[in-house]
Amino acid sequence: MSSTAAPTVYVPCDSSALSLGAEAVARAITAEAARRNLNLKLIRNGSRGLYWLEPMVEVATPRGRVAYGPITTGDVPSLFETNFLAGHAHPFALGPTEEIPLLKRQQRLTFARVGVTDPVSLDDYLAHGGYRGLARALGMSSGEIVQEVTASNLRGRGGAAFPAGIKWKTTLDQTSKQKYVVCNADEGDSGTFSDRMIMEGDPFVLIEGMTIAAVAVGASEGYIYLRSEYPDALRTLTAAIDTATRAGYLGAEVCGSGKPFHLEIRVGAGAYICGEETAMLESIEGKRGVIRFKPPLPAIAGLFGQPTVVNNVITLASVPAILNGGGKAYNEYGVGRSRGTIPLQLAGNVRRPGLFELPFGLSLRDLIYDFGGGTASGRPLRAVQVGGPLGAYFPDSMLDLAIDYEAIAGAGGLLGHGGVVVFDDTTDLARMARYAMEFCALESCGKCTPCRIGSTRGVEVIDRIIANSERSANVELLRDLCDTMTAGSLCALGGLTPLPVLSALKYFPQDFGLPSVKGASIG
Amino acid sequence: MALDHLWDRAAVLAIVNALKHQPGALMPILRRIQDDLGWVPPASMPLIAEELNLSRAEVHGVVSFYHDFRHAPPGRNVVRLCRAESCQAIGAAALADHARKRLGIDFNVTSADGAFSLEAVYCLGNCACSPAAVINGELLGRVTPARFDDAIARLERR
Ligand SMILES: Cc1cc2nc3c(=O)[nH]c(=O)nc-3n(C[C@H](O)[C@H](O)[C@H](O)COP(=O)(O)O)c2cc1C
Ligand code: SF4
Repeated sequence: MSSTAAPTVYVPCDSSALSLGAEAVARAITAEAARRNLNLKLIRNGSRGLYWLEPMVEVATPRGRVAYGPITTGDVPSLFETNFLAGHAHPFALGPTEEIPLLKRQQRLTFARVGVTDPVSLDDYLAHGGYRGLARALGMSSGEIVQEVTASNLRGRGGAAFPAGIKWKTTLDQTSKQKYVVCNADEGDSGTFSDRMIMEGDPFVLIEGMTIAAVAVGASEGYIYLRSEYPDALRTLTAAIDTATRAGYLGAEVCGSGKPFHLEIRVGAGAYICGEETAMLESIEGKRGVIRFKPPLPAIAGLFGQPTVVNNVITLASVPAILNGGGKAYNEYGVGRSRGTIPLQLAGNVRRPGLFELPFGLSLRDLIYDFGGGTASGRPLRAVQVGGPLGAYFPDSMLDLAIDYEAIAGAGGLLGHGGVVVFDDTTDLARMARYAMEFCALESCGKCTPCRIGSTRGVEVIDRIIANSERSANVELLRDLCDTMTAGSLCALGGLTPLPVLSALKYFPQDFGLPSVKGASIG
Repeated sequence: MALDHLWDRAAVLAIVNALKHQPGALMPILRRIQDDLGWVPPASMPLIAEELNLSRAEVHGVVSFYHDFRHAPPGRNVVRLCRAESCQAIGAAALADHARKRLGIDFNVTSADGAFSLEAVYCLGNCACSPAAVINGELLGRVTPARFDDAIARLERR
């Protein structure tokens, strides 16, 4: 390298940033640099998750990285004009990236490298603490690794919040020769994108997490079940798996340990239900994504009938930091039985949408107002849906709820995969309830009548309520229908669709043409 | 009934042969056919079934289960709009109405001249930039009716 090293400029390759024109910005920067005879090194990083600032351009300076955003192609000449390559002022200058208040306030453990590194550079990964967790794991016994994860109190981030350590222990205890680790990358919940950001922004951390899981339970093969809506994640993961294999981190012998681990990606085909773990296993086996009866648990008899650890992307991507820093340190964060951090995803009608990794315990209000800045429309907030399409709608009066699995469940909702969608006062909650039923009908695997038929009936009944046709009788019918779905569904699609429906009815009765309630409160 | 659309038998056979020697081969095979051809020709199912030693009913059952597998070729341009909650919270319904009018077709329809197919999707993971769309594979965020029209006009000029 020459003594006058070319300045390094970062423009995200994250698909949301690309959806806002990041590719054109990157090209404009390269072209403008060429026009000015300037040398620069362009790195395509992941996104920091501050999406209201995307496309966000960063430059490495002697005082650290500085950021500019949101940048359009039209701003590129002025960036050069004001010498952004030296980190100088500009109307869109955000100052040192790490000092951006809403980034600084986060506790980035799982997302430590996302937005920082070049996602497909193994060297970058290693330089930023990558593969230290695996190195430590390889020096431990299987039981010790599982113990470390158990000590962290990490619970599954896919939705069900089941303790990861207990699941791993179950699979470890099976004597079968063939075991699997399957990563659930189906991320179907509207309002969520944390899995995508990891896979596009730091794929090696997922690969490392899966490798640690495999070493711990004695699995030699792994699958990532990736939804088809994520083509960029597919490209990035594929490149990272190839690189990791060539470097000996995957394959016949993981880091010369004598333990094999082969990793393969399977792409879904647009079925929400395939995010449920047993439907996902069916799909990997080449079948319709129909739910299996449990027991047996996948941890005992999962993929191709063999013991299988199924974990969400975020669960697995949190493991390297836990092994590296110790389960105890991870457990220091959080509240109650919700330990560690959770990447919260704020979306919908919100001024500052994005991903914020924080310890459990923040209130929904602080997330939505302090981080999110309230609604994007500037109108009053009407409702918040927490935890995806099967989660409850809460009114503004309930936003003091803590982001904690038990607290939200106690209020009749669920935290799920950590998505929070904000709606302003133009929202008709009867229509949202109708949509919940419609979505259930569309995505039902068909196994249970209450889910398959009940959801279609639910749409009709809500339509009659909206049309004021025998309203009170139909409201009763809707409640009965929801009871039947809750009681008679094998999985959470049919079983929890009543959550958004009944919470909408409970907190927003006026939208159904019913008398309004005063001051809905927690409980 | 009109003749079934023509389909490339050799291409399907090549995909099946390339991918059949793996566990759970049917999904990767259908996925590749869908990606390469843009649809999964119903008339190809007997061939796939035979090559994989499955019944036709099994293959048909899988193809019909998944939303991604189209049963007819799509239009030259495929417009997919997200209709899930996050996008609904910030203009997806108005955008959907606008798109229907602009393209002159409803969802799950291909225009008579074969220029456009309009499809609904439920979450693209672009929720922080709602409302979202995918036009010919390119993801777009914060799609206003005006941005939508720009994108469509560019396609029509081609
Ligand atoms: C209808 C339905 C959809 C689901 N979708 C997903 C999903 O997209 N991603 C995910 O990780 N888990 C999803 N789950 C939860 C999985 O069944 C399972 O609990 C999870 O993958 C286990 O991993 P974890 O313990 O790491 O969370 C879904 C569950 C249901 C009932
Ligand atoms: S509740 Fe619905 S999706 Fe779940 S198993 Fe029953 S029919 Fe299938």
